[in-house]
Amino acid sequence: MRTLDDAQARAVRAEESMGTAMVQGEEGVRAEAGALTDRREFVKELLAATGGLAAWMALRPEDAAAVPRAARAADLLDRPEPYPEGNLLERMRADLLRALQKPVHERKWVMVIDLRKCIGCKACTVSCIAENNLPPGVVYRPVVEEEIGEFPHVRRRFIPRPCMQCDNPPCVPVCPVGATWKRADGIVEIDYEACIGCRYCITACPYNARTFDFGEFYGEGTPEVMDYERRPAFEYGKKWQRAPGRDGSPVGNARKCHFCLHRIENGMLPACVTTCLGTATYFGDYNDPESLVHQLVGSTRLMRLKEELGTEPNVYYLV
Amino acid sequence: MTTAMVRGRARHAVAAVWAVLFLWGLVGVVQRLTAGHAYTAYGSYVPWGLWVSAYIYFIGLSAGAFLLSSLVYVFRLKDLQRVGRVALFVAALTLGMALVSIWFDLGHMARFYEVFTRPNFKSLMAWMVWLYTAYVCLILAELWFETRCDLDTFARRGGPLAPVYRALALGWRCPESPEALAACHAQSRRWLRVLGSIGVPLAVTFHGGVGALFATVAARPYWHSALYPIFFLTGALLSGGGLLLAVVAGLDIVSEEERARIVRRLTRFVVGLLLFDLVLEWSEFSIPLWYGVGEELDVLKTVLFGPYWWVFWIVHLLMGAGVPLWLLLRRPGDRRAVAWAGGLVALTYMAVRLNLVIPAQLEPALRGLERAFVDARLVFHYVPSLHEWSVVAFIVSTGAAVFYLGMRFLPLVPVRAEEGGA
Ligand code: SF4
Repeated sequence: MRTLDDAQARAVRAEESMGTAMVQGEEGVRAEAGALTDRREFVKELLAATGGLAAWMALRPEDAAAVPRAARAADLLDRPEPYPEGNLLERMRADLLRALQKPVHERKWVMVIDLRKCIGCKACTVSCIAENNLPPGVVYRPVVEEEIGEFPHVRRRFIPRPCMQCDNPPCVPVCPVGATWKRADGIVEIDYEACIGCRYCITACPYNARTFDFGEFYGEGTPEVMDYERRPAFEYGKKWQRAPGRDGSPVGNARKCHFCLHRIENGMLPACVTTCLGTATYFGDYNDPESLVHQLVGSTRLMRLKEELGTEPNVYYLV
Repeated sequence: MTTAMVRGRARHAVAAVWAVLFLWGLVGVVQRLTAGHAYTAYGSYVPWGLWVSAYIYFIGLSAGAFLLSSLVYVFRLKDLQRVGRVALFVAALTLGMALVSIWFDLGHMARFYEVFTRPNFKSLMAWMVWLYTAYVCLILAELWFETRCDLDTFARRGGPLAPVYRALALGWRCPESPEALAACHAQSRRWLRVLGSIGVPLAVTFHGGVGALFATVAARPYWHSALYPIFFLTGALLSGGGLLLAVVAGLDIVSEEERARIVRRLTRFVVGLLLFDLVLEWSEFSIPLWYGVGEELDVLKTVLFGPYWWVFWIVHLLMGAGVPLWLLLRRPGDRRAVAWAGGLVALTYMAVRLNLVIPAQLEPALRGLERAFVDARLVFHYVPSLHEWSVVAFIVSTGAAVFYLGMRFLPLVPVRAEEGGA
């Protein structure tokens, strides 16, 4: 794992400095165990070097070079042993880190969801809510449940539905102010500061994948809106602070899944991938023939939702 | 009781209803401005509700009234000459009401200017806003050319409102001598013709465009119909025509004889358009329903036989088409009946707009999505909240007040007969 790059170092830093309340998957737990203390120190050093958390948050992927080389090397020395062969999460992370070494436009992020492995636990839905601090009315990755057959031959099928990050996204051209666009790496981004909240894009999405932030809190009407609801989100690499009575973005905006762009750019898999109990969700760079997702997209079990619309989704299902 | 007393009472009743609506509306607007979207009933799965429906409704009235005014200024239809200004005024007013409706609907009201500073011209919505802006300028210019001499006359008469008239006339002073005055009127007529000629394609484009704004959304099979732009235009002319008919037949703005002429003409328009509208609607519904298969089937069935079936059958078909047709065809000479008919057509067209905007959003994109996440905003169900209605009440009552003030104080009926447009 020594060959792995600065992105891995950034991953650790990001996790600690953001202090997200994310439920860690086994990948995360093991990775954290060994090197926590050193990393703390490292973070301190880094904060001093970059002028504090706020400045760090402003760093864009292109700024990776700005992280001192010595710091990166120091971090890598303490990496835990690699996971045994066959650990899919670790393989995906390696795929991710490899992709991050390429320029943005050479990456193509895709997700593959194995419907036979999904157990419908909705851990992904919940971890996504925790990661992005989603308020009532906003959900990025609901899990649709389908009942098939009749007793005694009844089955249930679970279909997690993130944003499809379509190659031909119907939500993009409709935006009157160009506040949403397709990034070079395939992710459909929303500029919360530009979005006027007209919700045209929400109506235009054939997957109901966009939702609207009404400025509400789960704790409203209870004695206290709890602290976890007041924590900032870090979508698109910026800090978004919601608080009761505040109507600043992302309140009043269209919101949707972005494959946890802020995590992947920092070497971490999307929250839903790391927390998937059945290891049913795969993520990676389709442009890399070595990647797990590239291999899976070659499956004969492959299916995409509403293929006939020509939206060219980048979320694939294995049925 | 004498007629005057009856009238006085009726006036009081109208004023009382207006005051209640306005105050209730005011509460709604304050709530909207302080609490954002907290009191709305629309959600993330049905994101467009009453306010969007109100917007397309008002915008339709505006386009319709404007296109009728162009009959005077562009096509020189003498019969309607005396109500050209009223039509223009109604067009401007309802446009304002439409824009306020959609403004309240925005998630970030303060960012509306971005549509001008960073437009995305691939978006039909951006086009709409730009076209409306052009349209507003055009209507105001037309109104100015139409009324500048009368405003000047009013200003010269003095009185407390004189400065207002002067300001509305933008300081314009009409020449005194008869020849110069005639030249001035001729110039106005030329300008009105030019502006009206630009306005016709503009109004057709933007209102057809509003139809296209919905029709281009491939994700919603119910909207995704090539018939929509035509449907929208017809609806605009019909509802705008109905409103004018109600205004002309219901209010004393022109002489008895003129009214009869205008009413006869407008009645013909409204009846023709109503029938055409029904034909379009028949195609819109019967084609997907005929074999009972297809994507929009469920939505159409919801409209026709769902829990709000009465909006289509009773409000729209019976009150908005059946009753007005009967009144217009059976009692064309009865001024009251005609006014009611026009008013019903205009008012109930809101039902068409609601039935157009909302049902398309009631179908989950994926079967089962409705049960995937339990949240009050994540449901495929929508009934406007009282708060939403109150904001509409504010818009309607304010619009009515402006209309009343305009009719009362502005020269919306030509002072001198020869000035009436064409
Ligand atoms: S809601 Fe925001 S992102 Fe969506 S179309 Fe409107 S302005 Fe654009």
